Amino acid sequence: MSKFEYAPAPESRAVVDIASSYGLFINGEFTDGAGGAMKTVNPATEEVLADVAVADEADVDRAVAAARRAQEKVWGPMPGAERAKYLFRIARLLAERAREFAVLETLDNGKPIRESRDVDVPTAAAHFFYYAGWADKLGYAGYGADPRPHGVAAQVIPWNFPLLMLAWKIAPALATGNTVVLKPAETTPLTALLFADLLRQAELPPGVVNIITGAGPTGSALVRHAGVDKVAFTGSTAVGRLIAKQIAGTRKHATLELGGKAANIVFEDAAIDQAIEGIVNGIYFNQGQVCCAGSRLLVQESVAEEVTERLKRRLSTLRVGDPMDKNTDVGAINSAAQLERITALTQVGEDEGATRWTSDCPLPETGYWFAPTVFTNVSSAHRIAREEIFGPVLSVLTFRTPAEAIAKANNIPYGLSAGIWTEKGSRILAMADAMRAGVVWANTFNRFDPTSPFGGYQESGYGREGGRHGLASYLVEGGAR
Amino acid sequence: MAVTTTHPATRSASQVNTDASAVVGSAQLSNTALRTFLHGLPGTDAVGLEGRAAQLGSRSIKTTAKAWGLDTIISMIDLTTLEGADTPGKVRSLVAKALTPQPGDPSCPRPAAVCVYGDLVPVAKEAIGAAPVAVAAVATGFPAGRAGKAARLADTGDAVEAGADEIDMVIDRGAFLAGDYRKVYDDIVAVREICQSRTTPAHLKVILETGELATYDNVRRASWLAMLAGADFIKTSTGKVSPAATLPVTVLMLEAVRDFLAATGVQIGVKPAGGIRSAKDALKYLVAVNEVAGEAWLDPEFFRFGASSLLNDVLLQRIKLSTGHYSGSDYVTID
Repeated sequence: MSKFEYAPAPESRAVVDIASSYGLFINGEFTDGAGGAMKTVNPATEEVLADVAVADEADVDRAVAAARRAQEKVWGPMPGAERAKYLFRIARLLAERAREFAVLETLDNGKPIRESRDVDVPTAAAHFFYYAGWADKLGYAGYGADPRPHGVAAQVIPWNFPLLMLAWKIAPALATGNTVVLKPAETTPLTALLFADLLRQAELPPGVVNIITGAGPTGSALVRHAGVDKVAFTGSTAVGRLIAKQIAGTRKHATLELGGKAANIVFEDAAIDQAIEGIVNGIYFNQGQVCCAGSRLLVQESVAEEVTERLKRRLSTLRVGDPMDKNTDVGAINSAAQLERITALTQVGEDEGATRWTSDCPLPETGYWFAPTVFTNVSSAHRIAREEIFGPVLSVLTFRTPAEAIAKANNIPYGLSAGIWTEKGSRILAMADAMRAGVVWANTFNRFDPTSPFGGYQESGYGREGGRHGLASYLVEGGAR
Repeated sequence: MAVTTTHPATRSASQVNTDASAVVGSAQLSNTALRTFLHGLPGTDAVGLEGRAAQLGSRSIKTTAKAWGLDTIISMIDLTTLEGADTPGKVRSLVAKALTPQPGDPSCPRPAAVCVYGDLVPVAKEAIGAAPVAVAAVATGFPAGRAGKAARLADTGDAVEAGADEIDMVIDRGAFLAGDYRKVYDDIVAVREICQSRTTPAHLKVILETGELATYDNVRRASWLAMLAGADFIKTSTGKVSPAATLPVTVLMLEAVRDFLAATGVQIGVKPAGGIRSAKDALKYLVAVNEVAGEAWLDPEFFRFGASSLLNDVLLQRIKLSTGHYSGSDYVTID
């Protein structure tokens, strides 16, 4: 036993009431779904948290119709300054009820309470605050004097940041005068349903935001629905392709935020200790279940050994376990299916000859867990260096020259994010210029801010979210219809 | 999880002097060689370092971990009085406090040392007697260190002769900032020689006064310079300059001693001093020790707190843990 054992410091779950079953939130009311029910579980314990309704095509129809009515009669004609008031109110309520949302997010998703408390919920509230500020200034955002909304936005979001992705989607849509039908992921619907409760508290007019739950078929029905003007999706590249096919040839606009396999490039002159922290934050944050995760570490050869050695020592101090414990750094994998995928892909890594190192941290017996893992001796040809693993698994590659780093970093079908670590300012600028990636972080990684645009190249998707750019995705091009 | 306190005065003799030439990679330790080496150390990103320190400071330490932490903090305190107005009477009552920190609870550990000005070492030594508490003396023209070299060395000699177990020296920040690394190195070596001149050598703590070094990069360089010159401890501050000890600076120095151990096999101690007043803050430092340098440093031999008012807050927290409620400041002695 080590000298300094931190005693458990569990966050109380008493701050949130979880109902035994949830309906669909359509036109400001919770209603039953016609598609039956599904269960959502706590991935850290496999405990069933609640039954959640499944929306079928008729339910989708009702939701889209409610959104259309609200858009045409209430939300669209409403002056921007009035819309802003609702958004500010939502932001304030989210900040006030932060603890409740953080606890529920951790229970449903498996991420550590430290992250949901310090990152997810505050950043979600910040997005509503930020876009509330734009709602009455759209004429000055550079999209013409009187930019128009699309109308009804269908939004499908993933399970890795359930509340934050909801905020990324809903805040700019509402600020620009669109109304929303949102489908959260089937494994993590609870914070979206709690958010529906918050919307009622904020007295948002009925139908402006509708939340329907279900799995793939529900999402597909929503995206295909003829009454939808704009589709916004965050998730896997495979599903993104499917959506692109489904809406091809229609008048629907789309933004797709898809997968990534980011290069995190460490030069020999980097501030090594801070680079180690950045690598850890890049790939072990949220158990690596981050589309912009820094899953490919490119280290300059001269410091490769030192960096991997320091990294392993640092990883040994990461605390894996009960996500509700305030001292936990790495929580549970979101689902059994995802754990299976991570396990399979790491096996491929071993089979292809990469050297595997896994932290010897103890793992809980129930729930879905994967210990922080590093692969060294990885080459660009290995599958673990090309495919998105979406788990706490880092592949380490080396390079000799900046040109080689650029070539390796860009040699991938994805292009969502990249990281550069060097003390040399001119190199940061030159590298950032050469990276084919939507976001390039310098001497940091995985930082999110509502004012900063986010979005990828190639198979990482199209369109931008966040910042002023995020408004454009919800406004008709040219400013007037 | 009981705390074992080793008697600082009877610890093994000072560690073998590091072969600085071998570490620096130059047979002659010229100013140029030292500069090349120190400026070749990894840089420090201020935003990243402060972010890491903030994260370490957010650990939640409760119940058994807190009880262990509080006792460990007490055993690491250098109970300090460094005022021009210090009197023998004040030093004697400080020693009494060190010997019996919590009257009525013999399970309470004792601080590692009392830290006084050199002229009061005989008073402190006499008051402590054979008890296992060390006497640390500040020397070398503390706190500015701007006296002539002869005066600084004589100051050290007096304290060592008077029986100080530990010497807290200040570096010449002016010379360091001017890039005269060889001068700073020579000063430390000279003071160390005086510390070693006794049968039981005095431990040498080198105060970097990080609040005057301006950059984190300088703190890392000064840390390495002091370690190369043979410091047993590197210490943040005199307590006379603001900012004194901060968590980011301490994290950085912990990284430096960790790297120095890896490079040389010699383990050096770290002592944040000044401004750490609450048990809550001190626990954050313990977390940093545990997660940055490692548990080998969770020992009074390798980590100390330079503090005067910290002890009382830790005692109040300790009483709270055992009784379940807070007592007032009248339940601990003022000095």
